[in-house]
Amino acid sequence: MTVTIEATAFAADRVKVKRRRRRIRGSSIAILVFLTMCAAFVSVPLYVVIVTSFKTMDQIAQGQIFSLPTEWTLEPWRYAWSQTCAGMTCKGVSAGFWTSLKILFPSLLLSIGVSSVTGYALALWKINWAGTFLFILFLCAFVPFQIIMIPLVVLVSSLGIFGTVWAVALVHAILSMPLLTLIFRNFYKDIPDEIIKAAIMDCGSFWKIFLEIILPMSANIMIVVLILMITSVWNDYLIGLTFGGVGTQPMTVILANTVITSFGEVRYNVNMAAALLTAIPPLVVYFGLGKFFVEGITAGAIKG
Amino acid sequence: MPDVEFRNIVKRFGSLTVLEKLNLKIADGEFLVLLGPSGCGKTTLLNMLAGLQETSDGTIAIGNRDVTDLDPKDRGLAMVFQSYALYPTKTVKGNLLFGLSAQKLDKAEMQRRVEWASKLLQIDALLDRKPAQLSGGQRQRVAIGRALVKNVDVFLFDEPLSNLDAKLRTEMRLEIKRLHNELKKTIVFVTHDQIEAMTMATRIAVMNSGVIQQIGTPDEIYERPKNLFVASFIGSPAMNMVPATVVANGGTCVARHEPSGVPLHLSRYQFEHQPKTGQNVIAGMRPEHFSVGEMPEEACGAYFELPVRYTEKTGSDVTAFLESGGGLIAVRFDSKHYHVPAAGERLRVSYPADKFDLFDPKTEVRI
Ligand SMILES: Nc1ncnc2c1ncn2[C@@H]1O[C@H](COP(=O)(O)OP(=O)(O)O)[C@@H](O)[C@H]1O
Ligand SMILES: [Mg+2]
Repeated sequence: MTVTIEATAFAADRVKVKRRRRRIRGSSIAILVFLTMCAAFVSVPLYVVIVTSFKTMDQIAQGQIFSLPTEWTLEPWRYAWSQTCAGMTCKGVSAGFWTSLKILFPSLLLSIGVSSVTGYALALWKINWAGTFLFILFLCAFVPFQIIMIPLVVLVSSLGIFGTVWAVALVHAILSMPLLTLIFRNFYKDIPDEIIKAAIMDCGSFWKIFLEIILPMSANIMIVVLILMITSVWNDYLIGLTFGGVGTQPMTVILANTVITSFGEVRYNVNMAAALLTAIPPLVVYFGLGKFFVEGITAGAIKG
Repeated sequence: MPDVEFRNIVKRFGSLTVLEKLNLKIADGEFLVLLGPSGCGKTTLLNMLAGLQETSDGTIAIGNRDVTDLDPKDRGLAMVFQSYALYPTKTVKGNLLFGLSAQKLDKAEMQRRVEWASKLLQIDALLDRKPAQLSGGQRQRVAIGRALVKNVDVFLFDEPLSNLDAKLRTEMRLEIKRLHNELKKTIVFVTHDQIEAMTMATRIAVMNSGVIQQIGTPDEIYERPKNLFVASFIGSPAMNMVPATVVANGGTCVARHEPSGVPLHLSRYQFEHQPKTGQNVIAGMRPEHFSVGEMPEEACGAYFELPVRYTEKTGSDVTAFLESGGGLIAVRFDSKHYHVPAAGERLRVSYPADKFDLFDPKTEVRI
């Protein structure tokens, strides 16, 4: 008996070894080279940005952009955060950081709040004209911002909030709503029909079902939408530039102003550090939130 | 306690008519089983009673209330779904409590009901678990518990046992029957499984393609099926349907089994309509009513001696399939009383005179 088992195990091992030792063919070499080039295209500039941000101006003056810092310094980072000048104000990119946060939170709340409820209603309740509404949303999701920029400016000014963080947040929320609603609607459409039927018989309240049953099942899609929204709001430049006033400009606008403002020599290391500081938050969010994905949201709810 | 009544219910999905002028009355405290093949409209009918789908026409009344346009939560019903439809993010207790959210109850009463239902269903040890941590049978109990806590008068079940394994299904069948005996509530139970229907129902409504074919007690349905569909749907193995011709009318009515010419003595058959001589009929014979060998002449309705094509043995029972003019006649008997016949062996069987079912081949209605 044991002999047979060992023999089988051995055979299985051999199969594995055989599979691992695959021959490398011409086409796979081509793919490998192509992918390596793609990776290099992104990572080489990134490498230069990172090493430059840790160099002293003296070393930068010597050229050799690929060399590692001879003397590692955090001074450019500190300077970029709190002292570098954007236009006439010299408070570093930190001012923009806080503004960006002030824009981010209201716009997240508004856009996710409205679009998740709308998506839930469209997916799980009988709504008249739901199909037409969805089609219009679909069209809206593809309208470029530039086309409706001027009307939006007029609209926002008439609300009396033009030039405040609220304006930027509101515009972000409005522009993202069509796409987010579609995303939520498609996610909720896959919730088993009988769960919502049971909830309608048990409770019947639109809001209570949403808050107690549907929302707790939405963790995964919330993470996706959060990553999508945080990245797009944080990295946005045009909306912040158009709708933000002096002192209420997001980090990206401050960064751009920093880079184009120069008194005397261009401080490359500071500019690079400022750029990295601006880019870090979405990255942190990306890696931080990814951990919270849950498997099998309807596990145990239905059979088979 | 209320009874339930469907009056002239019509249901259309676009151009597809699923139910056409359906009438059904369910008495108070009854265990009514809606039995029919998949796709015949059972779930649709139940959903309309629950208010989850709208009727295209007709009215539904519970007690003397017309509930046709009432919200599901206001109809005073509880439903157990085909999938368990538990709330995956809530604990067992949370699931039961959510079942109560439409009723305005105080905390103590809610607590009392959850305790009562979980004791009754033996899930009191599981109250803090999530559905994902339960076995199939336990989930089923929670789903039933969520309906029980509501303490309503009418319970709806939509094929609740269809995905359980055979042993668990038998257990849950008894369990649900016990609940009905204890609580004396009206139950409407949908299934496509005739065993479930026969064992649990006080009355069965057999449905096919949106039409109720027959309503009656399990015994009535089994013993006096109204038409060919009901006769062939109920019973396992299915009833033998053989063509026959009425040859003599009057005091001793006889039909001739067409392929073999064997006479079928119908003197003990209770006709709904007297047949004419020469009329074609379909004679139904249940496999389990046959007995091997001969019978006393006055009890014997038919006597066959036919070759065995093949046999199936299921535990103590044997089903032999006899060759008869191109068709097969299934015969079931206890293997204790007779050996298992080999293929090709000629088997002599007789059929009791009071167990025939006769149908008109054109209208498919009982004669
Ligand atoms: N939402 C729907 N749209 C169109 N046809 C439907 C819908 N629901 C059910 N049907 C049709 O109605 C018929 C009855 O369905 P159903 O009541 O689910 O059958 P059962 O529960 O008896 O298996 C089926 O032919 C099915 O295809
Ligand atoms: Mg069904």
